[in-house]
Amino acid sequence: MHVEATVPKLKIEDLEKIRQRARRMILLREGAGRAKITVHMGTCGISAGARKIMNALLSMVEEAGVEDVILTTSGCAGLCSREPMVTVEIKGEAPVKYVDLTEAKIRKIFFDHVLGGKIVTECALAIGSEREP
Amino acid sequence: MPYRAHLMVCTGTACVSCGSLEIKRVLEDEIRKQGLEDEILVVATGCNGFCGQGPIMAVQPDGVFYQKLTPKDIPYLVEEHFLKGRQVKKLMYTPSEKEAPIPKLSEIGFFKKQRLIALRNKGLIDPEKIDDYIARDGYKALAKALTSMSLEEIIKEIKDSGLRGRGGAGFPTGLKWEICRNARDNPKYIICNADEGDPGAYMDRSIIESDPHSVIEGMLIGAKAIGSHKGYMYIRSEYPLALKRFEIAIKQAKEYGLLGKNIFDTGFNFEIEIREGSGAFVCGEETSLIHSIEGISPEPRQRPPFPAQSGLWGKPTNINNVETWANVPRIILRGADWFASMGTEKSKGTKVFSLVGKINNTGLVEVPMGITLREVIYDIGGGIPGGKKFKAVQIGGPSGGVVPSSLLDLPIDYERLTEVGSMMGSGGMVVMDENTCMVDIAKYFLTFTNNESCGKCTSCREGSAAMLEVLTRISEGKGEKGDIDFLQELGQAVKDASQCGLGQTLPNPVLSSIKHFREEYEAHIKYKRCPAKVCKALIKYEVNDEKCTGCLLCDKECPTQAIIGEKKKPQTIDQSKCIKCGICYEVCKFDAIEVKTEERL
Repeated sequence: MHVEATVPKLKIEDLEKIRQRARRMILLREGAGRAKITVHMGTCGISAGARKIMNALLSMVEEAGVEDVILTTSGCAGLCSREPMVTVEIKGEAPVKYVDLTEAKIRKIFFDHVLGGKIVTECALAIGSEREP
Repeated sequence: MPYRAHLMVCTGTACVSCGSLEIKRVLEDEIRKQGLEDEILVVATGCNGFCGQGPIMAVQPDGVFYQKLTPKDIPYLVEEHFLKGRQVKKLMYTPSEKEAPIPKLSEIGFFKKQRLIALRNKGLIDPEKIDDYIARDGYKALAKALTSMSLEEIIKEIKDSGLRGRGGAGFPTGLKWEICRNARDNPKYIICNADEGDPGAYMDRSIIESDPHSVIEGMLIGAKAIGSHKGYMYIRSEYPLALKRFEIAIKQAKEYGLLGKNIFDTGFNFEIEIREGSGAFVCGEETSLIHSIEGISPEPRQRPPFPAQSGLWGKPTNINNVETWANVPRIILRGADWFASMGTEKSKGTKVFSLVGKINNTGLVEVPMGITLREVIYDIGGGIPGGKKFKAVQIGGPSGGVVPSSLLDLPIDYERLTEVGSMMGSGGMVVMDENTCMVDIAKYFLTFTNNESCGKCTSCREGSAAMLEVLTRISEGKGEKGDIDFLQELGQAVKDASQCGLGQTLPNPVLSSIKHFREEYEAHIKYKRCPAKVCKALIKYEVNDEKCTGCLLCDKECPTQAIIGEKKKPQTIDQSKCIKCGICYEVCKFDAIEVKTEERL
């Protein structure tokens, strides 16, 4: 007797599960998050420990299971003595620059500001961003 | 741990042919060398559309666009941007020498005015991964159509959306489906026409290469609405990459049970078989295509009966083109109103055009119907290279017609293009500058259609040959009084007497160029001159004595030793030897070679 191999056929619920799983990857590509965290990774930032901050952020994003936060990097922000630095931009709000970061500080910033919406003033350097003339 | 950046490397046919696979390999090596492999992911995407700038790459989430990459740029790029976070200006798109580089893809004029439906996933997903497609709401429309819509509702949605066939004639898609569904006979077949044959057109290839599942999902929804369980993908074998990606997509869809039996446990069965065409232009015509699938000589037949009543193996058959199918899932998911909110009164949604020829930004663009030609050519296309003047654009391939510069503000839709003697066709746009001769262009397209005529109808076979003969005579300076009238009369006869779209439209390039550029034909016939200085028999190359330095560069390059003269003295061209290849004109650094076309009465 010929028995057909059973293929795990997709149900509609499975489709949604795959979508959720793959969604975060795709959101990053669409660049359309609710919040964007830029880690300044110039030479100064890297030597002051920016990479550690980046790694901490990456694992927090995973831990919190958030989909709408985009992590990215940029060069030196021009204030090398206060590195590591990050800029947090919540959609519709002015960007906030945080300085002299440690893993503990970035954790507070991530949960209080990025997820909670409350600026962590004790770590903030300034609100707003410099512009080209 | 999630990645912090995705490098979207275009691996469409155009970018692959200029080395994007090598770029991807070097990128991956370099990223590993810098220890960034856990943070940065390299993704191979389908065609991004900006084909003239390849190999290209978009960095997400920042949206930075890098272009014309070479392997030797990569180590620097990886170190600067991905290790140190400094974007590399010199690899960015720069509109002109006077302007600053534009870092972001979304701010480049070429991308800014585009609205993506058929190409919604281009550059965002890996076309060889079904999960990427699902993440962008893939197969959600199918789930909706299978579980919460009746057959009537699916067809009504497509009808209300105003979607029309994107392959050429623009027949309303929903109506086509309804006719096929109402046909009494069974079984019914679905066909995807991917036999894209117009010179300079490659939108269908690109859709399959960048998003094959969108076509499969569209076909599944159509099959459900029509009541078909078997579909065919008819694709040119000259499209190896598209073919490969479609094969992979079918395999993945089967593994997930999205093709096969009892899809989503709804009792609906559907399978797709691939048939490769061998590149005969006439196979794009639906009855010829059906004959080709049946394994008989691909000649068209008289309609009616239309394929919707009697098509493949005499059974009701629905044929739509690739772009049409790719639109379907989006319409089902977002609704007819959403789709119909874009476009003009009778042409809804968007259209993909391939922008080629004398244009700065060569590539593939998807724009809302009703956009003006000016916006496409200048805002998106970046205008004409070398500061030359825009003369005309051939829309719709060899079946279409030329639209002159005086109609730059024409909104593009099905009706308006037909009114001016052109047609939407599949959406090829060949842009011509002031150095393009209209007689020469008409001759080019007619040579193509004359070659591709299947020969069944005398009007098409002999008519195209006779028209070509007259055009050739005109371009050789042997035109006679009455030639224009003859071309118009014969053109009309070929249109009236031919059975299929090929013959019915092949006179269009001639008729439309006479309509808009009659004086150019007259210059060739009456005065034996070619105003655009293209037709070889009517031009000659001469040396400007004042500009010529006697550097002898032209002498070195001339294949027939037609350049005469001593070093450091002005040269002359021996007209009896000159074959008018134009190489002297191209190599001269002092603009000393001039092309002349003189009036001869």
